[in-house]
Amino acid sequence: MKRQRWFTPYLLVLPAVIWVLVFALWPFLNTVVLAFTDARPLRPVEFIGLENFARLFQDERFGYALTTSLVYVVVCVPLLTFLPLLLAMLVHGKIPGIGFFRTTYYFPVIASAVVVAIVWEFLFSGSGTINAALKFFGLADRPIEFLSDRWLLIFCAIGLTVWKGLGYYMVVYLAALGNVGRELHEAAAMDGAGAWRRFWSVTVPGVRGPMMLVSVLICVGAMRVFTELYVLSHGSGGPGGRAMSLVMMIQSMGKGLNGQIGYASAISLVLFLLTLVPLAVVGILNNREAIAEMRATRRAAKITRGIRITQGAAR
Amino acid sequence: MSIRESRIREPRLRESRIRESRTTAPSRDRPYRTRGSADIMKPSLAGLIGKYAILVVILGVMVFPFLWQLSTSFKGATENIYDFPPTLIPQAPTLDNFGEVFRTIPVLDYAWHSLLVGVGTVITNVLFATIGGYALGTMKFRGKWIVLAIIFSTLLLPGEVTLTSQYLTVKSLGLANTLWGVFLPGAIGAINVLLMMAACRMIPPDTLDAATIDGANTMQRLRHIVWPNVRGMVSVVALFSFIGAWDDFLWPLVVLSDPAKYTLTVGMEYLSSNFAANPRVIAAGTMIALVPIIILFAVLQKQFFKGVEEGSVKG
Repeated sequence: MKRQRWFTPYLLVLPAVIWVLVFALWPFLNTVVLAFTDARPLRPVEFIGLENFARLFQDERFGYALTTSLVYVVVCVPLLTFLPLLLAMLVHGKIPGIGFFRTTYYFPVIASAVVVAIVWEFLFSGSGTINAALKFFGLADRPIEFLSDRWLLIFCAIGLTVWKGLGYYMVVYLAALGNVGRELHEAAAMDGAGAWRRFWSVTVPGVRGPMMLVSVLICVGAMRVFTELYVLSHGSGGPGGRAMSLVMMIQSMGKGLNGQIGYASAISLVLFLLTLVPLAVVGILNNREAIAEMRATRRAAKITRGIRITQGAAR
Repeated sequence: MSIRESRIREPRLRESRIRESRTTAPSRDRPYRTRGSADIMKPSLAGLIGKYAILVVILGVMVFPFLWQLSTSFKGATENIYDFPPTLIPQAPTLDNFGEVFRTIPVLDYAWHSLLVGVGTVITNVLFATIGGYALGTMKFRGKWIVLAIIFSTLLLPGEVTLTSQYLTVKSLGLANTLWGVFLPGAIGAINVLLMMAACRMIPPDTLDAATIDGANTMQRLRHIVWPNVRGMVSVVALFSFIGAWDDFLWPLVVLSDPAKYTLTVGMEYLSSNFAANPRVIAAGTMIALVPIIILFAVLQKQFFKGVEEGSVKG
């Protein structure tokens, strides 16, 4: 049966393909090329080979940015992998009014990062509510300047990211928790497993797949952090710009008439390679058996070949 | 009841429960475990009360920043906003702060810009993702795998990586510092095309064939068969697109250089870093950015949660 003219499907996918090519793949290829040039606005472009990357190693600011982003990843991944799971277990059961709690826990997710970062800025400022609370409980005699110390600023931003992300990953886990059969829980309980043991032996293996996905998403997301640090530091990147993340550095390097587009592109490329790492790790973990099998076959092939060679030599 | 006890008593209890359920209708389904029930998935009454206590504490953590900001926006200039324990009900509520925001920055213009970009993004994403997803999900054509590969590959590509080059692309189109420049790159999202493709796969092929036999052309099939079938996913795509566009900060920050053209998020950051004098006024500004999106979410939350569960990987 003829359903449509031959060109109809091409016509239908054309806009999407054009968009992806013009606004994703072309800029990416452009980034890769520019990373090897000294491109600046209003100046002819010259290829300089690996000079940008050599410069990265000496650039103090890049070192700080890389540290900030990696610390962000290392702290965010465990927190945002397990806290939302606990939260999901808490709101999983059918008890009266649970829908209300689920919905309100989601508010921070839909609010713009700029808006919540501004709220946090007030709460954590020198005269803010957190300092007032510390003073009230007698924990600090003078206000702590959370936002003008490199590490305190970074940890404030991490707190903000975790707080904002809780609801989102909670919902992801909620769907997965529905698939963990209650028979397993009952069987484990009958065998004498306490709540703690059941959490590690039934719940966690039951949500292993989504957990893997969630930790990769967090890993990539934490590497891409921008808004929280930008707003909390008013765009300056903290004292001496040492609390900048990689994306903040890309943004500040590439902007304006003096923007070092080539150098910013080199940083972008590094960022891209870093975001591939968690994906590769998960890919290897998921296909571990297949890879082990492949290795085994190769080894077996080598051995057989070895045997054949020795046999040939013996003959 | 401890687990060991329940283990010993289990068989007898289960029998009695079965007998009970035979004789009486299961009308009294309490949210907690009653004495003699072996349903380990339900908490005991004390456990349930504890659960609500934890839920309320977390609720406090999740909504306190918003409530605090809301109350700050209504507080007069003489009232202390940073006291602890915080007073959430202003002593003398006033709308002066909102008036001050309107005098300081063109908030209504900013909101209008955000709305334009948001609505535009929703329309183009729904339209082009649906037709593209329809072609990819239900039609066979040569080169389909190339199209799929192109679209899938962009999922690996964070927008931050191509930031600089994307700006160059938009600039070469003559759209730097315009709302068109903010809107265009997000007009067709690769992930939306894939979501719509998954939804279109669920349409029974027989239905489409029947429509073809009845003489429906592609447009008519899209309108009368596909559209009613994928409406659920369409609402998900529309919601995510709108919230994504409304909350986005980095891209408008890069594209727009003229404060008169800012969107709400960039405008809020501009307000908070350039007119840092009065936190009450800034709080009023952030409320203007926050309230519409919270209302939108509260109205459409059912589709929203369904979407996160189904689509799972979109932030």
